[in-house]
Amino acid sequence: MSLTTEDVRKVARLARLAMNEAEIDAARSQLSGIFELIAEMQAVDTRNIAPMSHAQDVSQRLRADVVTAQNEREAFQAIAPQVEAGLYLVPQVIE
Amino acid sequence: MKWEIVIGLEVHAQLSTQTKIFSGASTAFGAEPNTQADAVSIALPGVLPVLNKGAVERAIQFGLAVGAHIAPRSVFARKNYFYPDLPKGYQISQFDLPVVGMGAMTIQVEPLSGNAKPYEKVVRITRAHLEEDAGKSVHGATQGMTGIDLNRAGTPLLEIVSEPDMSSAAEAVAYAKTLHSLVRWIGICDGNMQEGSFRCDVNVSVRRAGEPLGTRREIKNLNSFKFMQQAIDYEVQWQIDTLENGGKIQQATILFDPETGETHAMRSKEDAHDYRYFPDPDLLPLDISPEFIEQMRAKLPELPEARRTRYTENYALSAYDANALTATREMADFFDACLAATLSPSPSPAGGRGEQVAKMCANWLIGEVSAQLNRDGLDMTTCPITPTQLSGMLVRIADNTISNSGAKDVFRVLWAEGGDADAIIEAKGLKQVSDSGAIEALVDEIITANAEKVAEYRSGKDKLFGFFVGLAMKASKGKANPAQLNEILKAKLAG
Amino acid sequence: MINASLKQLSAALAEKKISSVELTQLYLDRIAALNPTLNAFVTLDAERSLAQAKAADAMLAAGHAQPLTGIPLAQKDIFCATGWRTTCGSKMLENFIAPYDAHVIQQFNQAGAVNLGKTNMDEFAMGSSNETSYFGAVRNPWNTNAVPGGSSGGAASAVAARLCAAATGTDTGGSIRQPAALCGISGIKPTYGTVSRYGMIAFASSLDQAGPMARSAEDCALMLNVMTGFDERDSTSLQREKEDYTRDLNQPLAGLRIGLPKEFFAAGLDNDVAECVQAAIAEYQKLGAVVVDISLPNSRLAVPVYYVLAPAEASSNLSRFDGVRYGYRAPDYTDLTDMYEKSRAQGFGAEVKRRIMIGTYVLSHGYYDAYYLQAQKIRRLIAQDFAAAFTQCDVIMGPTSPSTAFNLGEKGDDPVQMYLSDIYTIAVNLAGLPGMSIPAGFGKNGLPVGLQLIGDYFKEAQMLNAAHQYQQATDWHQRAPQHI
Repeated sequence: MSLTTEDVRKVARLARLAMNEAEIDAARSQLSGIFELIAEMQAVDTRNIAPMSHAQDVSQRLRADVVTAQNEREAFQAIAPQVEAGLYLVPQVIE
Repeated sequence: MKWEIVIGLEVHAQLSTQTKIFSGASTAFGAEPNTQADAVSIALPGVLPVLNKGAVERAIQFGLAVGAHIAPRSVFARKNYFYPDLPKGYQISQFDLPVVGMGAMTIQVEPLSGNAKPYEKVVRITRAHLEEDAGKSVHGATQGMTGIDLNRAGTPLLEIVSEPDMSSAAEAVAYAKTLHSLVRWIGICDGNMQEGSFRCDVNVSVRRAGEPLGTRREIKNLNSFKFMQQAIDYEVQWQIDTLENGGKIQQATILFDPETGETHAMRSKEDAHDYRYFPDPDLLPLDISPEFIEQMRAKLPELPEARRTRYTENYALSAYDANALTATREMADFFDACLAATLSPSPSPAGGRGEQVAKMCANWLIGEVSAQLNRDGLDMTTCPITPTQLSGMLVRIADNTISNSGAKDVFRVLWAEGGDADAIIEAKGLKQVSDSGAIEALVDEIITANAEKVAEYRSGKDKLFGFFVGLAMKASKGKANPAQLNEILKAKLAG
Repeated sequence: MINASLKQLSAALAEKKISSVELTQLYLDRIAALNPTLNAFVTLDAERSLAQAKAADAMLAAGHAQPLTGIPLAQKDIFCATGWRTTCGSKMLENFIAPYDAHVIQQFNQAGAVNLGKTNMDEFAMGSSNETSYFGAVRNPWNTNAVPGGSSGGAASAVAARLCAAATGTDTGGSIRQPAALCGISGIKPTYGTVSRYGMIAFASSLDQAGPMARSAEDCALMLNVMTGFDERDSTSLQREKEDYTRDLNQPLAGLRIGLPKEFFAAGLDNDVAECVQAAIAEYQKLGAVVVDISLPNSRLAVPVYYVLAPAEASSNLSRFDGVRYGYRAPDYTDLTDMYEKSRAQGFGAEVKRRIMIGTYVLSHGYYDAYYLQAQKIRRLIAQDFAAAFTQCDVIMGPTSPSTAFNLGEKGDDPVQMYLSDIYTIAVNLAGLPGMSIPAGFGKNGLPVGLQLIGDYFKEAQMLNAAHQYQQATDWHQRAPQHI
């Protein structure tokens, strides 16, 4: 299977990865190779096979509704790129 | 051309848990920014979600309250998109296997216009699923920047999706109000719309009668019933106008601006529709046993519908009264407590006395109590009088100790100062005169002093009766038993 | 001392033949001498390590010692450790000082072990050669032109070069076993859910599992005793009784049924590797084991299935690296989207971006059923193959890797060739089974060959027993690289 430049561009946009034309082109040929490998799967008959999401058939455990977390804002924001007045700053969001 | 309106709602109810859906951080409203954003809330590398039992319990309770199927196995999925208030870059939600399946709710619709009569309608609930809330963007902190507060990130939400069963703004509002009342009634959501605890997205489309469904536009994040009605009215008209002028409706997400009363499309996110849902590998399937469901059923309070039936069948209250009394659980509980205290020591609800007392309780609650709450900006949870206090007064009305006007005086004092009805009656001398001799003497005096008017009355000017009642009441300082007074006055004036 | 087993080191510490501070300093000196060549560690903090050693000495003096108290261990840089820079081999986290401890780190801290430093790794554990690390490639101590394998390449190189007593690794598709094989050490990936993933930076959540990398099966068992255990902070952590993984080490192997999957000995396997593996099997037979021919018919699909599922999970797991709350943020940008796109494009390396792209694509609208869902269904077929095999045998054996260590840059341009180096290890992660690699000789170029052992769920003790008995009969695991 081979991907188009437009496929790669769309995926890069969805994944929020800036790519120039040369990178898109390189990615296109490498990804196409990988998808050739992946295509081996398609021939397998999987009717009536349940998809397997987890290694073990175990149910979700439930946590008691009790506050256990402390305020760690100072420690957490010490490693943040940009903060002010306790808020994480990002370029203006326009809705 | 006749247009049909098709409306469906998606309501996000914040569940009233102490902690977030996937971590032990507090969900209390109004904390300093990011002080309730723990490692999971800010999505530090390596942290993992663990599901809050309280959120699951509330979802099950909701499902049971709307008669829905509770999925024995449901699955959490990731909804992937980038946004600064979404720290993981995905929202954990439920996609193809939600915890609550198809249910239904009966709503009472009060048409907004004309003389149309109130009516009932059943609205189907497609599903309800658990998911996490996003954080909040704070604008204007620094020039050109947006501040992100993740205190709300991870707060549990129940997204309740209806079928497109509503065909007017009135029905949509009635559905939203009934739902709002129900989630508060069963105690799973505080319903505080200002704080965003109950948010409505409304899908609206229009079509010509008999035609297939039109393209819908989704009005996002309505946080008041008034805005909901305005937004739907505006949007419906806009869609009809657009179509009648030969235009086409594009599917869109729109916002309502309360300032202008208009709706407008949000800046579209180009890839907004490719969320790449897949089952969250960090969370295992949520298995709910029949025992767990029964535990939750046992914890459910009597639901509003059952209570309305009890009120109309046991106490012969009107549908209107029953509805008003079950507007909130606090109101209904107040009514039940007040009624029981008033009927005590013989609380038998059956028979004429029960019905009379129930009607009296209902009238006072729906009338005076509600009006006072409204005037003072209070609600049932902050009501200054207790059911016992009100009952103390109702007992004295029922046994003719005080008149209705006397009762209003007692009520004013109870409201403002508290205390006990009997003590207030005593202190203010509100006990009404039911001694027929005393009333007769009083009436005789009035007849003598107003011979001219009496003559006019007797010659057929019936309207003067009220004038005599007024005089007699004044003479008794308002204490005469009104029924008795009427009777005696009528007899004496007849000559 | 540097060739001593954990048990011997523990005894030496207990008998005051050496203090933990001295032992730690010994390793720090070796690291100072050899790390410039090997690049096995990305972060060292002698002060912190020695402070821990001092505390361990106090524990030893007070008689509170546990088996690993005072022993210097290397931690893969995928585990968050408070105060330690935790990079995951990425520029994205170049300056990320972890504000909390991973469960594994907590366990070692409680045991009184010394954190000697953070080991190099493929970026976000995505790679099989350790060449994708932002901090440069790691060298194989047996031949510094060769790769150590990946993604736990730094750990494998450090253990083989005696730069630490033992190390931690993580394994998503072979990242403990393949570098263990290529560097001639022992490593075990336990059953999925046995070691908590809390604080371990996620690559593919449903496959990631941490485990020890050490010089012998016995050392692995002692490490596993500390690393495993239920953790309520990880929903996939299994609620099981704590096990002593050393309990069966000395059991005889008579009657052990070894399954040899024919698919693991087919085309694609280098002859010298095949010969070593066959010799090892023969050794097992001498020890009383019996050989059973088995088949894992769907194992050939493990690589394609893995390259759908792992990138899909990774593409989502790595979305949190957006330059907002921690990690790299591009210096110049025009708006929010530009900030995201540039921070991620500059912060991630080529292989990570490639996998994010694959994952994003297979999950996107219109492709989900054909790729993701189909892969999940075949995943079940692969797990069912193993279930059937374990009705016939107790442990499955085969090669860990189709070849010995290849040279740096050798597979650089072709990701598919690189992906195929995990052909024998990946199916184990898909099924969630325990897998292990132990040294089983040397190939024609003098580089180590690994024997892979695959056990049924929770059969780690049995696998460790099989590995230990083999190591009692052979000395491959005691060979040390001489050139460095």
